[in-house]
Amino acid sequence: MTYIYYPGCSLEGTAAEYSISTMALFETLGIELIELDDWTCCGATAAEGVSHLLSFALPARNLAMAEKMKAKSDILVPCSACYLNLKRVEQGIKDDHSLLRKINQVLEADDLVLKGTVRTRHLLDVLVNDVALDDIASKIVRSLEGFSIAPYYGCQCLRPYAVFDDPEAPRSMESLITVAGASVYPWDMGGRCCGASLMSTAPEAGIELVAALLEGAQGADAIVTVCPMCQMNLEAYQKKASKQHHTHYEVPILYLPQLLGLAMGLTDDQIRLDMNLCVPGSFREKLANTLQPA
Amino acid sequence: MEPAVDTQTAAPDRSLIKKLAPARKQLLACIQCGTCSGSCPNADAMDVSPRYLWRLLLTDNAEEIFKTRTFALCSTCYTCTLRCPRGLQITDAMSLLKQVAASENLPLYKRSIRFYQSFMESVRRHGRVREMEFMTLYFMSMKNPVIPLKFTPLGMRLMAKRKVSVEIPSKGTQKLDAMFRKAREIEEQS
Ligand code: SF4
Ligand code: SF4
Repeated sequence: MTYIYYPGCSLEGTAAEYSISTMALFETLGIELIELDDWTCCGATAAEGVSHLLSFALPARNLAMAEKMKAKSDILVPCSACYLNLKRVEQGIKDDHSLLRKINQVLEADDLVLKGTVRTRHLLDVLVNDVALDDIASKIVRSLEGFSIAPYYGCQCLRPYAVFDDPEAPRSMESLITVAGASVYPWDMGGRCCGASLMSTAPEAGIELVAALLEGAQGADAIVTVCPMCQMNLEAYQKKASKQHHTHYEVPILYLPQLLGLAMGLTDDQIRLDMNLCVPGSFREKLANTLQPA
Repeated sequence: MEPAVDTQTAAPDRSLIKKLAPARKQLLACIQCGTCSGSCPNADAMDVSPRYLWRLLLTDNAEEIFKTRTFALCSTCYTCTLRCPRGLQITDAMSLLKQVAASENLPLYKRSIRFYQSFMESVRRHGRVREMEFMTLYFMSMKNPVIPLKFTPLGMRLMAKRKVSVEIPSKGTQKLDAMFRKAREIEEQS
């Protein structure tokens, strides 16, 4: 199996550990990731606020680049914000020919043309639908028994396009958590917005969404997520949220490939927990005590 | 309590109303059920509810619309769009209001507008966003150069983890300049 890999800007910077652990995970699974040639920013949530056409043309540029690649594969996207932007173009041009025409007028300025032949896939979609659970199970060498993990999906991999999970009551991560030996922390907030896009423009509203999620996950050993925006948002504002709610939130926010990597016995260099902003000593201790060969 | 719509005082700002037309069209079938307001995680922070915002939109009350911060507080979670019994593209309508506010450069939304613009400027220059550069551009545009990311606690923590590095804004390769210009040209024509 081969995928064209679109890391996106966050995975080159603040979410480097997501990219590192993703590449290590797929290598372990024997799946080839070929980085998209000359990829550029998908526009994140900012393009939409500045120009409607650019909010389509920026992700479209990457789809057009993917169509030019020798490998005829789906694009695998770990970042939910990038995923949605690319998906939106894929879906949008299906029945809107004038949109496709306009996009191509813009792409012409970069000598590119979009045909609409490549499919965009979220990392989680690929893990649950393309990879056999048995293949993942066969790589598990250390059971995460005793860990209670809260699956957090966020918005953009679920909505508005319900591609691989229930957009309001998602469950796709659960089999991956249990195959790692951990238990699924029971909560119903997996698909609730964390407010990441508000953090710089309306932080007073964003912090409340963060606090609600951290509160909901009290009792879990960790929250596991598949989006760099959510991950950073939930991890970086724990102190602030704690202060405002007169409590002490301290919960590690792991990327799904990091969690699976731990159970697969990948090395520190492949998981890079040291790059996460919040890994309490108690969590590390529990890891050290529980990580027995399966 | 939300104020009643006063159609008398609604300034008939033709150009604004024209810009709002695509959003208005999206909301025409709204039955004012309030499901969107009830589903919105940010409803508490909004000054008027999404449902009420649609009423303002349907009565062409551009003046009142751009007095609220409701759409600027939309975190694009798509929950309302998913639940609207009429299947309306509510989140897109919220985004369209953000775009109109940006194109009119309305002072009430300065924070979001400058934030989006700084981000896009970094993308235009380099093709990929440089987080530190874009935050510096943002703070400079807010005329507040003393608090770029590197001086905030989060910025310091990210630098300590070598996740971001100090970046002086630079011209870059102007990688996406041609595409940006073309997009603007097309949007100005329509
Ligand atoms: S949920 Fe839909 S129909 Fe109901 S008030 Fe909102 S936009 Fe109107
Ligand atoms: S998309 Fe925006 S308006 Fe709709 S529920 Fe989410 S935050 Fe509220």
